[in-house]
Amino acid sequence: MKFAWFPGCVSRGACRELYASVKAVAPILGLELTEMTEAACTGAGVISEHSPGVADALNARTFAMAQKMGLPVMNNCSTCMGVMAGVQARLGGDGTALGRVNGVLKAEALEYKPPVRVTNFLWVLVEDVGLEKLKSLVKRPLRGVRLGPFYGCYILRPEANLGFGEKPERGKYLEQVIAACGGDPVDYEGKDKCCGFPILTMNRKNSLSMAGDHLLEARGNGAHGLVTPCPLCHLNLDAQQPDAAKVKGQRIDLPILHLPQLVGLALGLEPKDLGLGKHIVSTRPLLDRAGVGG
Amino acid sequence: MKATLIVRRYDPESGKPPYDQTYTVAVGESEVVLDALIKIREEQDGSLALRCSCRSAICGSCAMNMNGHPGLACKTKVAALSPHGEPVQVGPGGNLPVIKDLVVDMGPFWSKVRQVTPWLRPGAPPPANEEYRVPNERMLDLSGMMACIMCGACVMACTVLEAEQGQGGKPDEGFLGPAALAKALRFVGDPRDGTSRERLEALMGGGGIWDCTHCFECVQRCPKGVAPMDRILELRRRAVDAGFTDHNGVRHAQAFVDSIRKHGQLDENYLARKSVTFGELFQMMPVALRMLLAGKMPPMFPHNLPGDSREDVKRIFEAMEEEKPA
Repeated sequence: MKFAWFPGCVSRGACRELYASVKAVAPILGLELTEMTEAACTGAGVISEHSPGVADALNARTFAMAQKMGLPVMNNCSTCMGVMAGVQARLGGDGTALGRVNGVLKAEALEYKPPVRVTNFLWVLVEDVGLEKLKSLVKRPLRGVRLGPFYGCYILRPEANLGFGEKPERGKYLEQVIAACGGDPVDYEGKDKCCGFPILTMNRKNSLSMAGDHLLEARGNGAHGLVTPCPLCHLNLDAQQPDAAKVKGQRIDLPILHLPQLVGLALGLEPKDLGLGKHIVSTRPLLDRAGVGG
Repeated sequence: MKATLIVRRYDPESGKPPYDQTYTVAVGESEVVLDALIKIREEQDGSLALRCSCRSAICGSCAMNMNGHPGLACKTKVAALSPHGEPVQVGPGGNLPVIKDLVVDMGPFWSKVRQVTPWLRPGAPPPANEEYRVPNERMLDLSGMMACIMCGACVMACTVLEAEQGQGGKPDEGFLGPAALAKALRFVGDPRDGTSRERLEALMGGGGIWDCTHCFECVQRCPKGVAPMDRILELRRRAVDAGFTDHNGVRHAQAFVDSIRKHGQLDENYLARKSVTFGELFQMMPVALRMLLAGKMPPMFPHNLPGDSREDVKRIFEAMEEEKPA
C-alpha cells in the first residue's frame, strides 16, 4: 500500500505529534509513504474564499505531482481532505476550469488529469488496511477505555463530494477503528458537529462554547477521551480546552488523541514515540486507564 | 414494511417535559417520513401535531429533524433512514422554539430574513416606457438563491445558532443565519439594486457574514441545493472587494493568503499574530505560553517549500488571483 503522503501545514507546525505518529504507525500497518515535500497548502477553505481559482490550482498541482509519482494522495487532516475533495469535484466536471489550471501548471511540466484518488489516514485504515488486519496487529487492546469520536466537518460534509454514495459507512469509521483498537466508542450528538476553530479569532465566545459543549457532552456520556482525525479540531479541543472550560464555567480535563496516536497505542508503541506528552490536556489519565506506563 | 418511528412529543400546555413516543406503522418502499406521520395521525393518534401542505418539496412546511438532522419529511424516504428496519428518530427542527410536537415557531426565522431587507431597492428608475433589463447570465447567477423555499432546514442545522442558544441567546437575536444571508446575496448580487454597499456594510457587524463557522451543515441539509454557506463566503469576498476590511475575519484571511503566497505553507505564528487586533494579542498570551510549555509552539521558522516550488506557487497566485467566479 503506497501513498503520496500530504502531511499538511498543521502537522508540521502546532501538531508535530501528529506528523510523528503517522510516521511511527505507517510501517507497522504496511503503509509505504512518500512525503510530498514540494506540495503547497490546500488553502484550508480560506484561500478559496479569497480566490477559488488559486485554491483549485494549488491543489491540482498537488494532484498532478501525485499522478507523476503514480500514487494516490493520502492526507491526515479532515480539513485537507474536504478541501481536496471540493477541488476534485470542481475540476472534475468543468473542462474550462481544468484547462485554465493546467495552463498555469504547464510552466512546471505538470498536468492534472482527473480523476485522482485522494484519501486520508482514517479511510485508509478501514478501506486499505482493513479492520480485520488492524485487529490482528493490535498488541495492546485499549480495554475499558471509553473514547468519543470527533470527525471534523470537512471529512463528513458535503457528502456528495466525499464519496458517501459508494461508501455510506464513512461516517462510522472512527467508531469502527476505536472498537478495532479494543476501546469502547462513546456516542454523543457533538461527534459530527463543528469544533469552532474557524471562528476562533472572529467570535471567540461562540468558538470556545462550541468546543466546550461537545467536550462536556462527551464527558457526560462517559468518555475518557476523544479521538479526532483533524488537527484543527485538535487545536480547539485540546490547546483551547482550558479557555473553553472558562467559557463553560466548569473544569473539563478531557484528553484528545490524534487518530494515529490511538492506533499507535493499540499497536504497542510508546507514548513518547507518539508525542503524547505534547498535549495541553494531559493524556496521562487516559494512558493509566489503558495500562500504558512510561 | 413495518417502520418504527420514535417521535419527540411536547405540549407546553401540559406542563410536562418533552418525551419520546414510539409508533409502528406500515409503509411502502417509496413512502416518505411525512406519509408515515400522516398515517400515524389519521389511524393511531390524532393528537400528534405536525405542519405540512404540498407534500411535493415546494412549500417548505414540513422541515423537521429525522435521525438527528433536519430535512423535508415529504422528501425523505423512510427506507433511506432505516435500511435494515432500524427505528427512525423524528423530532422538531432545532434552533427554533417548539410550539407543539413537530411544529416550530418560524417567527424568529422570518424576523432574521426581514433584517436583510429582502426586497429590491433600485438604484435608478426604470428606463422610460420600459422595465429594468438585466442580462440573462446575471440573473442565472442569482437563481441558485432564488430556489430557496424558506423551509428553515439550514437554520435548524446551523451550529453557530446552536452554540449561541446554548449560551442563552434568543432565537431572533445573534447570528443572522444561513437562510437570511443567502437571501442577502440574492439582492447584493442583483444588478438592479442600488444599495449593495449599504447591504454589505450592514453584514460586516456582529451576527453577520464573519460569524459563520464553515461547518457545511446548511450545504448538506438544504433540500434545494441553495448551498447557503457558499453564498456567505461569496458575500465575504464581495465585502472585501468593496473595501470593508476592518474585521478579524478579513485580517485572518489576508494573513493566511499572504503566508501561502510567500511560503507555500502556513506560518501559524504569523497567522495568529495578524488575525487579531493589537489589544487582542494579550488575550492570546496564555494560550501561547501553554503551547510553548507543552512543546507545541509552531516553529519560529516554519516549514518552507523548496525554492522552485515557492516560485511555482507565486506563479499560480499571479495567474489565478484576479479571476473572479462568474
